[in-house]
Amino acid sequence: MSVIAMRGLRKDFTVRVGRGRLRREKRTVTAVDGIDLGIERGEMVGYIGPNGAGKSTTLKMLTGVLTPSAGEVSVCGLSPVPQRTRLALTIGVVFGQRSQLWWDLPLRDSFALLRHVYRVPAGAHAARLRRCRALLELDEFLDTPVRQLSLGQRMRGELTAALLHGPSVLFLDEPTIGLDVVSKQAVRSFLAELGGSGDVTMVLTTHDLADIERLCRRLVVIDHGRVVHDGTIEALHARYGSRRRLVVDLDAPLAPDFAVPGAELVALDAGGHRASFDLLSSVAGAVVAELTSLAAVRDLALVEPDIEDVVARLYRS
Amino acid sequence: MDGLDARVPVISPRRPFRDWVSTFGALSWSGFRRYATYRQATIAGSFTNTVFGFLRCYVLLAVAAGAAGGRPGGYGAEQLASFVWVGQGLLTVVSLWGWTELADRIRSGDVAADLLRPVPPIVGYLAPDLGRAGHAMIFRFLPPLAVGALFFDLYAPSRWFTVPLFALSIVLAVVASLGLRFLVNATAYWLHDARGPIALWTLSAGVLAGLYFPLRFLPDWLAVLLWVATPFPGLLQTPLDVLVERDPAPVQLGLVALQAVWATALITAAVFVQRRAERRLVAQGG
Ligand SMILES: Nc1ncnc2c1ncn2[C@@H]1O[C@H](COP(=O)(O)OP(=O)(O)OP(=O)(O)O)[C@@H](O)[C@H]1O
Ligand SMILES: [Mg+2]
Repeated sequence: MSVIAMRGLRKDFTVRVGRGRLRREKRTVTAVDGIDLGIERGEMVGYIGPNGAGKSTTLKMLTGVLTPSAGEVSVCGLSPVPQRTRLALTIGVVFGQRSQLWWDLPLRDSFALLRHVYRVPAGAHAARLRRCRALLELDEFLDTPVRQLSLGQRMRGELTAALLHGPSVLFLDEPTIGLDVVSKQAVRSFLAELGGSGDVTMVLTTHDLADIERLCRRLVVIDHGRVVHDGTIEALHARYGSRRRLVVDLDAPLAPDFAVPGAELVALDAGGHRASFDLLSSVAGAVVAELTSLAAVRDLALVEPDIEDVVARLYRS
Repeated sequence: MDGLDARVPVISPRRPFRDWVSTFGALSWSGFRRYATYRQATIAGSFTNTVFGFLRCYVLLAVAAGAAGGRPGGYGAEQLASFVWVGQGLLTVVSLWGWTELADRIRSGDVAADLLRPVPPIVGYLAPDLGRAGHAMIFRFLPPLAVGALFFDLYAPSRWFTVPLFALSIVLAVVASLGLRFLVNATAYWLHDARGPIALWTLSAGVLAGLYFPLRFLPDWLAVLLWVATPFPGLLQTPLDVLVERDPAPVQLGLVALQAVWATALITAAVFVQRRAERRLVAQGG
């Protein structure tokens, strides 16, 4: 049985829009529009989509803080809203934009308090905390009240707080939002190690696709509340015909009618001295060989397809 | 990461009583600690309460001196002085004003974080609030009382059970107050903006709880009506009447029993309202 299962999951919000000075009109916004998804134990799923696609709304329904308008949802065999407090013991949640820590207490005290709230045996709690302190480098600010932490420090604290009770499912809504490069890398390698064990199921939303490339085998893309892609990153590239690109700097200008089977000349810059090719198959060697016969090759670069480009195309389509 | 999997002992939701006590205790301690971090606010608050204590005390003593028989509302001068000085501390302990935390969290959507914890929200607010009250007992209740005792003759209780009964009465007042504040704040689930109900609450709490004047100054029928039909006298007036032994022992006990009834009713109502709210809850913000 899937650890997480959604069938026909839907959420409609009723919003009142002011029209004129007195009249107000009711309008229904469909944030999640019939999602069917099964996620197995140990999977790390990247859940992405443009702003307003319905990612956060989905995670809220999965964690039991929002009642679905229609459809079924189960997490760890539990029904999130009615069995919320029970579910809370087995899941860990980070909502990047809001804090689950106690604002006025030092991080250390928040962690100690969580042990009692979740009834975690002291030994297990201490072991996990030690691990997080080392991997996320918490020691520097462990005694600082949460309200005085920087965003990156707080996020590392949030992650720790979400893990101290040993959850088997993690929901992370933009866990790397606003972090600097170093903090992002720390968080990513931490999550990668966590997911490596194969015991923890993880659903991660992000706008930084490097997170996904680093962490997630499976990518679910949603738009307007519907799943538009579900599969690996490679599958996404294949589907959208992403290609590797070869850029070559030549001593002599290249004629625009130059052609090699399997490669497409897409640009000629610098007065014909720089040529860019999209490679339809593994023909980089053949292209270079052909070019060398025409002019001396000064420099060349092979660019892997960019996930940002594919996703941008997907969002726009 | 070892141990981060489902094999970690999954705790049953029917946790044994002892576990609940330790969770409740830890949450209460967090409430205490939280207020302990605001030292300057504590000092400023105590100072203000003390200053107003002098004003109120002189006014009430003047009333007593002018009243026929010198016993307005059935209080002697020492009883009135105690009523004021104990009340000045107690009003912070029962948090008569200015608690908008739940409403703010509903408005911002942070209430979602409360729901993600394995404790019912009402417990998650009640336990820390008792810790807050504990902190206030030490740092907001005692200082004005000590000052009052220096400058005025205060009433010394004569019955052996008065002080323990007063302690119980304070706990019930805090619980009832939390229940009421929770209900007032919870209107934000429906209204999105609870400022109206909160303003109404602030206004009525001061008058109807007996802060501005002892409710016993009112005609008997009105006082009885307030006690029975509203929870407000139980927030402040009842503990104070208990301490200054305004009534014979059976009435003194009966007032605390009435407080217990109200506290239970309010917490029950808060649990019910929270459940209703969760069913239609819209957690704000992405
Ligand atoms: N409380 C609410 N009331 C009304 N509409 C809402 C509410 N919450 C979300 N929406 C709408 O639902 C849609 C999905 O919102 P959601 O927060 O799930 O998007 P998201 O995918 O998380 O976007 P982002 O990448 O910007 O975080 C949006 O159109 C949003 O306007
Ligand atoms: Mg979002």
